[in-house]
Amino acid sequence: MRKSDLFILYLGTLSGLLLLSLVDAGNRSHLATQQLAETRREVRALELTDLSLFTEARYTRHLSQSDRHTPFQDHPLALEHFPSGSLVAPPTLLRSGR
Amino acid sequence: MKAFIRKQRYLIDFTLSSLLRRPGKNLGLLVVYSLIVFLLASVMLFTHALRSEARLVLADSPEIILQRMVAGRHDLIPGSYLEKMGRIRGVIGKHGRLWGYFYDPAVQANYTLMVPRDRQLAEDEAVIGAAIARTRGVSRGDFLTFRSTDGNAYSFRVSAILASDSELVSADLILVSEQRFRTFFGIPEGYYTDLVLNVRNPKELRKVAEKLTLRLPDTRPILRDEILRTYDAIFNWRQGIVFVLLTGTILAFVIFAWDKASGLSAEERREIGILKAIGWETSDVIRMKFWEGAIISLSAFLLGYLTAYGHVFYANAGLFEPVLKGWSVLYPEFRLTPFIDGLQLATLFFFTVFPYTVATIVPIWRAAITDPDTVMR
Amino acid sequence: MEPIQLHQVKKAFNQGRPNEFWAIRGVDLTIQPHRATVLKGPSGSGKTTLLSMIGCLSRPTSGRITRGEQLLSGLPERFMTEIRRRTFGFIFQQFNLIKGLSVLENVMLPAYPLGPDHAQLSRSALELLHQFGLGTKAESRVEWLSGGEAQRTAICRALINDPEILIADEPTANLDSRLSREFMAIVDGLKQTGKTILLTSHDPVVFDSPVVDRVVEMSDGQIMDPSCC
Repeated sequence: MRKSDLFILYLGTLSGLLLLSLVDAGNRSHLATQQLAETRREVRALELTDLSLFTEARYTRHLSQSDRHTPFQDHPLALEHFPSGSLVAPPTLLRSGR
Repeated sequence: MKAFIRKQRYLIDFTLSSLLRRPGKNLGLLVVYSLIVFLLASVMLFTHALRSEARLVLADSPEIILQRMVAGRHDLIPGSYLEKMGRIRGVIGKHGRLWGYFYDPAVQANYTLMVPRDRQLAEDEAVIGAAIARTRGVSRGDFLTFRSTDGNAYSFRVSAILASDSELVSADLILVSEQRFRTFFGIPEGYYTDLVLNVRNPKELRKVAEKLTLRLPDTRPILRDEILRTYDAIFNWRQGIVFVLLTGTILAFVIFAWDKASGLSAEERREIGILKAIGWETSDVIRMKFWEGAIISLSAFLLGYLTAYGHVFYANAGLFEPVLKGWSVLYPEFRLTPFIDGLQLATLFFFTVFPYTVATIVPIWRAAITDPDTVMR
Repeated sequence: MEPIQLHQVKKAFNQGRPNEFWAIRGVDLTIQPHRATVLKGPSGSGKTTLLSMIGCLSRPTSGRITRGEQLLSGLPERFMTEIRRRTFGFIFQQFNLIKGLSVLENVMLPAYPLGPDHAQLSRSALELLHQFGLGTKAESRVEWLSGGEAQRTAICRALINDPEILIADEPTANLDSRLSREFMAIVDGLKQTGKTILLTSHDPVVFDSPVVDRVVEMSDGQIMDPSCC
């Protein structure tokens, strides 16, 4: 077998897998709509506002509800909640330069 | 056309043979290259999926939340504010919301206690999030006991566990009755954590918010749009941070790749001379080099992207979990829904394949236009 | 088949700079087809430079090289390559095989830009290798070959596009006298098949060989005895 044949086969397989990944993504997001609808229903029913991804501090747990104009939310000497704290963006107001 | 394809295949033949002469070096390059693409693609897929999911899920959160600020801090809001704000056009419903945090020293976790409006709970009853059930090792019918601010211990019977499908938003929730919530936290009757306003027409939201700040100057309205934007910004920021952390690595790789791709050894120069002498055109040599760059970068892109897809959507982004978890004890177990942004994928493709291929072609240009008779000298 | 004619061909290196050097200073020469011609002379006499101009590897600074009606010397690179590929086969002094590739691949290389049918090309390459006693070596890498085998590989490579003219620069410089004589035998065989052969050499095994039809002596970029041409 020629090297270029092997290469074409290899590239074809990988490209096929790439296409497959797109199809799989489409499929799975389609399947997930039910589950997402369930989650949405819960968000509506319980009036939730935030993702429970970072539960270590109140300003990371409810990002959208915390008063972002208070830099030290718990205590000036409070430990930084790493890494969530550093991964959360400072308020746009501070970042805009004025 | 047929001859063209045959020619390209010959060039690929030659390029592969030529790459295989230094298998260790080129394979090493491919592995490192793929790894970089893998990292970039993982971050990209992960943040995009999370962002899309947040946007989708939180689209049903309350339209307006009204917080009372006291001395720059979020404070309890009196129920009387519901009357005080008066009738505002467009508002179709308003009520108080009760929620708060509870730190559980037993597992050193923060819970979010909440009074649900969609169900009636008995005083000693609680519905808990799946992550709490997992961390505390409790199931339906078990009891949870917490010590409240007044020093008394209160027991809750776990009457249900929230569906684990919705863990992304409910992992740390404890739903309790209003009565128990108030006694537990010592919140007097008539006070709420914040107020929720329902507005049917999204176009009226801004107007309503303006009126609220005028009529209740000590309050802060939070619009649903802002919630969504917060999450958009967070994941952008997060992605940015990771990219910044990766910059060093990427730069190191760029230097390495540039050196590898553009550094033309005397050996390679001689080879180009030979090829030209035996009848290859300059354009053939450049095409051959194009294939060399394309084979490596295309492979790296495909391998990197595919492993990233597997990592994020089949292995639940195992590598990122520690970063996301941080200090939190309660962490939702969730399976990300694969949302793929075609534009992002195209960008990744462009930035991984294009520069490398160009870097391989450019230096060859100068070498390839030299006279072929150099091999005779 | 038409003869190749050179008219007042001159070649300068580093023209216009202080180290300007005229390697060829006006050569008139006619190379007859189906013959073996040797350019003989000490190193530095300009024979390799002349050879590379005839083989369309480089252009003369002035003068003309023609083949029948066709002008070879003033062509753009693309056409020069085209002619080189179809008309000339080269055997270099250092053999100039591409390391790391197999013998078969090396032989097939000059045909790649033409994009012929792969099965056919590898068949004719193998035939050539068999003809030159390299059949068993087709898959070995070229750096494992002995000097004689490497040269025969180079000859096969020169022949793959079935050129009319075979050009060899100092072909015996890296061979012992036995292999040199073997090489001349090969040249004889090729001449029989109607190839035009053009060699440079200062090896008596080459220019004293009965295979050679004509010896052109060169010195300092000129032909020593112009009357012979």
